[in-house]
Amino acid sequence: MALFDLIVNGTTHQVDVQPGTPLLWVLRDNLKLWGTKYGCGIAQCGACTVMLGDNAVRSCSYPVAGVGTQPITTIEGLSPDGSHPLQEAWLEHDVPQCGYCQAGQIMNAAALLKAKPQPTDEDIDRGMQGNLCRCGTYLRIRAAIKTAATSMG
Amino acid sequence: MSAHTLSRRTFLKASALTGGGLVLGFHWLSAPAPAGTPPVSLNAFLTVASDGTVTILSPNPEIGQNVKTSMPMIVAEELDVDWKDVVVEQAGLDTKSYRRQIAGGSQSIRLNWKVLRTAGATARRMLLEAAAARLDVPVTALATHAGMISHNASGRTVSYGGVAEGAAKLSVPADVPLKNPSQFTIIGTSRRNVDARKIVTGQPLFGIDVDREGMLIAMITHAPGFGMRLKSMDDTVARAMPAVVDIFTIDAAVPDRRWSDVNAFTEKVVVVGTSTWEVLRAKQALVLEWESDGSPESTEAHESDLTNLLEGAHARTGRRDGDPDAAFAKADQVIERTYSSPFWAHNTLEPMNFFAHVQGDRAELLGPVQTPEALRQSVASACNLAEENISVGLTRMGGGFGRRLYGNFGVEAAVISQRMQAPVKLLYTREDDMTQGTYRPTYKVRYRAGLDAEGNLVVFSVRGAGANESPVFANRFPAGSVENYLAELAASDSDITTGAFRAPRSNFIAGAEQSFLDEVAHAAGKDPIDFRLELFDRAITNPVGEDNDYDPARYAGVLRLVREKSGWDTDKPGIYRGVSAYYCHNSYVAQVMELVMEPSGPKIRKVWCAIDCGIVINPDAARNQVEGGIIDGLGHAMYCGLTFADGKPEQNNFHTYRMIRINEAPQEVETFFVDNGVDPTGLGEPSLPPVAAALSNAYFDATGVRLDTQPFIRSIEQVKAPQG
Repeated sequence: MALFDLIVNGTTHQVDVQPGTPLLWVLRDNLKLWGTKYGCGIAQCGACTVMLGDNAVRSCSYPVAGVGTQPITTIEGLSPDGSHPLQEAWLEHDVPQCGYCQAGQIMNAAALLKAKPQPTDEDIDRGMQGNLCRCGTYLRIRAAIKTAATSMG
Repeated sequence: MSAHTLSRRTFLKASALTGGGLVLGFHWLSAPAPAGTPPVSLNAFLTVASDGTVTILSPNPEIGQNVKTSMPMIVAEELDVDWKDVVVEQAGLDTKSYRRQIAGGSQSIRLNWKVLRTAGATARRMLLEAAAARLDVPVTALATHAGMISHNASGRTVSYGGVAEGAAKLSVPADVPLKNPSQFTIIGTSRRNVDARKIVTGQPLFGIDVDREGMLIAMITHAPGFGMRLKSMDDTVARAMPAVVDIFTIDAAVPDRRWSDVNAFTEKVVVVGTSTWEVLRAKQALVLEWESDGSPESTEAHESDLTNLLEGAHARTGRRDGDPDAAFAKADQVIERTYSSPFWAHNTLEPMNFFAHVQGDRAELLGPVQTPEALRQSVASACNLAEENISVGLTRMGGGFGRRLYGNFGVEAAVISQRMQAPVKLLYTREDDMTQGTYRPTYKVRYRAGLDAEGNLVVFSVRGAGANESPVFANRFPAGSVENYLAELAASDSDITTGAFRAPRSNFIAGAEQSFLDEVAHAAGKDPIDFRLELFDRAITNPVGEDNDYDPARYAGVLRLVREKSGWDTDKPGIYRGVSAYYCHNSYVAQVMELVMEPSGPKIRKVWCAIDCGIVINPDAARNQVEGGIIDGLGHAMYCGLTFADGKPEQNNFHTYRMIRINEAPQEVETFFVDNGVDPTGLGEPSLPPVAAALSNAYFDATGVRLDTQPFIRSIEQVKAPQG
């Protein structure tokens, strides 16, 4: 076991875990941040996506020891009150069906918009390919990202 | 820990408001509890608080089909309240108060339409009677609007909240009239998913998010192949790992088995511990030896089994009209094609999991299951507990698709908790989930059609085989529209366990049938829509047989609608099109797909979908279901398949089991509902089945190649290769 100081959603947390523990399980088991989901464990579905700095990472395959001082943003910390333009756009387009993948979709989209503030359809398709939606809400995800991009202008 | 941490104790609150036993509801981050007197229960579906807040309990499991929004909308409609004053809670299993608490068969709305309306209307009537007594006027002099009761003659008003306590003391009136659908103000308007805000802010709604004081994490390992058993186990290394509490084997067999007890691997190795990651590492550190029963199945064997069934003499006749043999002998032209599809895994994105806490003779279960009543019966049987001592709470589910009709994971959680006498959350890894069975069966079907010299369909036959079940519906279209008709069914016995998968059997047979009809239409030299409409005309004016389980006029109606909306009769250069239509779950769907051919392969531009599912409760959410069904059907037809060697699944995660991704989804889907005022029929499933043929028929239009073997991507890449 080893101690790690993690900056999660702006707050520093100290956790005592095995260095190889994936960030996903530290967030869920240790910090009780349940919004980040387990889907595949091998970085193939994107349900566990969080932001490390400005980049989307698959927390299921990212060992906690690799985080260092990079700030972690999870769906719970994307905005103080759930009013991030992506969250608002997701509500406007009523995107979710089962809802399980959507936190990962939104976090991946947040990183996409950091890199490409006005993405084209192709940018969205390329940037969001790593996130599975088993219910097939892809059309609404595309539309919501565009709406968010417009409102972030 | 910081304020970011949610208190475990706030995760669940027990509420006994509805009088029908303990109701478990998720309360946190919902509207604050109204001040003053506690809310009053008027029936099992709703409570009214003094401030006018109406809490509606949604009885059926929520798997993403959005019944947690649409079912309460129906109650609210007849209750005549403002939707913004409604708080929705998920009911737990309560067989005294609710009927058929199942998510399956697209039946939640169909079977509860009258029940939910009556619950709302009856409560409204009781509130009216209480108001009449309060104001000392006849009920007929009162009107309701948005949770207020007004006496127009005197201008006096009282709120529902103000008279709820009095209303609850009244006897429940019978035969309360329901609204005329033309008066609906909530039904037929789009209302956002009641959990949407919680979903987009990452609140713990799902079974996997359940957390309790002292809860242990359990993981399982099952045999790597069907027909295999544990021979030996060495858990020395695993047992010494930190956070591991215990390692043992269980047999979670249900002695009193029912239809939902599908479990290929009741014998499992269990690791229990205090941290998910440590338990997972310990599971991986187990040294396990397995032995086979000596007859492991393979994909090659499955294919030859099904081919033999199609060519053999043992099929069961499902229906025979006229004299098919003689008609084929006389036909001017005979068309024949065989279609096939592999096993599919459901792959709900939330893997199987369940919370159980067995203490002595009592058990509490909580989690994602489509059949809570069946789970309670199975747990009672497996754990030797009395059903009345078992509660089953429902979480939101990260997908169902039929997999969670079979609650073996809930039984396993209970068996593990009973042994530990501690609260336990069982979690499958993706690999456990994908390799444990309960799959959509592999199918193979052979169609034959005979045309006369004028291109009229004079004879049609279908023989369909599958692992453990045939995909054929003997009395569905084109039965009833052709003079000579034969439907035959056959099934192989497989160790691979199979179960319902979104639109069972239809999810395969619709694509095969509608693809074949396209081929027959081309052979007859007819437009594919005209060809189908001619058949429906026959079924309307002079039907063959009496057991045709579809209404040809409604079927033709969606085809005509999609023809008009898609501009079918206008040539579109460079664009290739396919049409498909199907009836299942009492609803009619017709689709037209447009694609363009790019160097990388076919690119789907747009799908038009016409659907006749009666009254639509929540139109935008209904469109979401239709879009999802289309993408689900496309994805499975194009990419999905589970293969076997030596009894073992050859795919175990998303790196080898390909699922449709955003870049492969259509650019656009446009949905049109038939507005006919008929009571609601199925919606969660019917848009999926036909789309495979809309795709294969459009692909034929582009290439002249008939896609008959799923997953289509293999054939498409073979076609592409010679050009490239």
